Amino acid sequence: MAKTQVRMSVNGREVEALVEPRTLLIHFLREQLSLTGAHIGCDTTHCGACTVDLDGKSVKSCTLFAIQADGASITTIEGMANADGSLSALQEGFRMEHGLQCGFCTPGMIMRAHRLLKENANPSEEEIRFGISGNLCRCTGYQNIVKAIQYAAAKLSGAPAKEAAE
Amino acid sequence: MIPAPFAYHRPKSLAEATALLGQHADTARVLAGGQSLIPMMKLRLAAPDHLVDIGAIAELKGIARKGDSISIGAMTTQHELVASPLVAETVPIIRETSLLVADPQVRYLGTVGGNVANGDPGNDMPAVMMCLDASYRILGRGGERRVKAREFYRGAYATALADGEIVTAIEVPIPRAGHGYAYEKLKRKIGDYATAAAAVVLVADAGKISQCAITLSNLGDTPLNAEAAAAAVVGSSLDAAALAAAAKAARTIMAPAADTRGSVEYRTYVGGVMVERALKRALACSKT
Repeated sequence: MAKTQVRMSVNGREVEALVEPRTLLIHFLREQLSLTGAHIGCDTTHCGACTVDLDGKSVKSCTLFAIQADGASITTIEGMANADGSLSALQEGFRMEHGLQCGFCTPGMIMRAHRLLKENANPSEEEIRFGISGNLCRCTGYQNIVKAIQYAAAKLSGAPAKEAAE
Repeated sequence: MIPAPFAYHRPKSLAEATALLGQHADTARVLAGGQSLIPMMKLRLAAPDHLVDIGAIAELKGIARKGDSISIGAMTTQHELVASPLVAETVPIIRETSLLVADPQVRYLGTVGGNVANGDPGNDMPAVMMCLDASYRILGRGGERRVKAREFYRGAYATALADGEIVTAIEVPIPRAGHGYAYEKLKRKIGDYATAAAAVVLVADAGKISQCAITLSNLGDTPLNAEAAAAAVVGSSLDAAALAAAAKAARTIMAPAADTRGSVEYRTYVGGVMVERALKRALACSKT
């Protein structure tokens, strides 16, 4: 099948590449751009491990063709650290609150939480749980993921830093 | 999982889209939000030769009031429905239902047009549009036509849409101010299709129901219009006898599949429970 030229911005970098129409965005990111942070978990639109930010929307990159993202602006977990390389508030929150165990779901969780906090800077616990309901974690039981997002929300809104969790 | 190869088209106008669909007739599929079609293509349950992506057609976007109805462009996403003050004010059952569709990520891309046009009996919007007596605007090579939601569904994935036709907009008559509404969806987890669901829109005068529509999701090959159940509560104040009569009448038209969500008996039983709950909540929130 003929390939088509696509152009998009990924983590602030302009990218041009040839893709088959059937190439899924997750495969494009992982295999053509070598950005392996977004994970393939269920591959059936359930787990959210492949979540990336696309033009201000959280999307499951296993359920979108790369060709549909032509002209889009995409952020993946690789684009989440601060400009100086230090951890962003969300990344720091996941570290400080033990928001991960095996870490497989973490890139998707952080990308989803990133958009959630952009839309709602001070979410309640219930809003956080509803907001991440498209992301599955099989390790943590979600408690510490919720705390990690609360940590980031507090930090981003200028609240004093909390002590590290045990 | 990798879908079978296809040729990709991204028309900029409806005229271009219908021409493409006409040209490729039954070998083309319309790609809206892709949140049902792409998973089907990955499983190779769908393998169209041509994919016509209608995501770049500006005419298919937007929500507007037109007289006594709301017109919702087919490419309006569930996320946009949830965020719309106009929808929240005039047809709040649509907002309530959108929040029960799939999960946040899917709602950013999944469209109302795709939800109603796909003909999947598990989808939530078809029953809600039937409950509201909405109509679908449909465009094809032969021109434009309107089909009522109540006449659109023929079977599982079988609808009144002919090859090459696109649902372009949904027209929803605005229910009377102060109407009662509820969409009760029993599901195993967020993101799941309904084990059983019921939509209710009613008008009550001094606590007595004067108008009522009840429809059901995922309790048959198509969404179901439970007319006899609705008739059973009109004129009542939703006393125990009327509620029981409505649930009983609704159960007689249910024909759910036995699957991982439950047996036929279980799903039929809880289907009646959803009808009772939706009726009670709808009456409680009505303000007339």
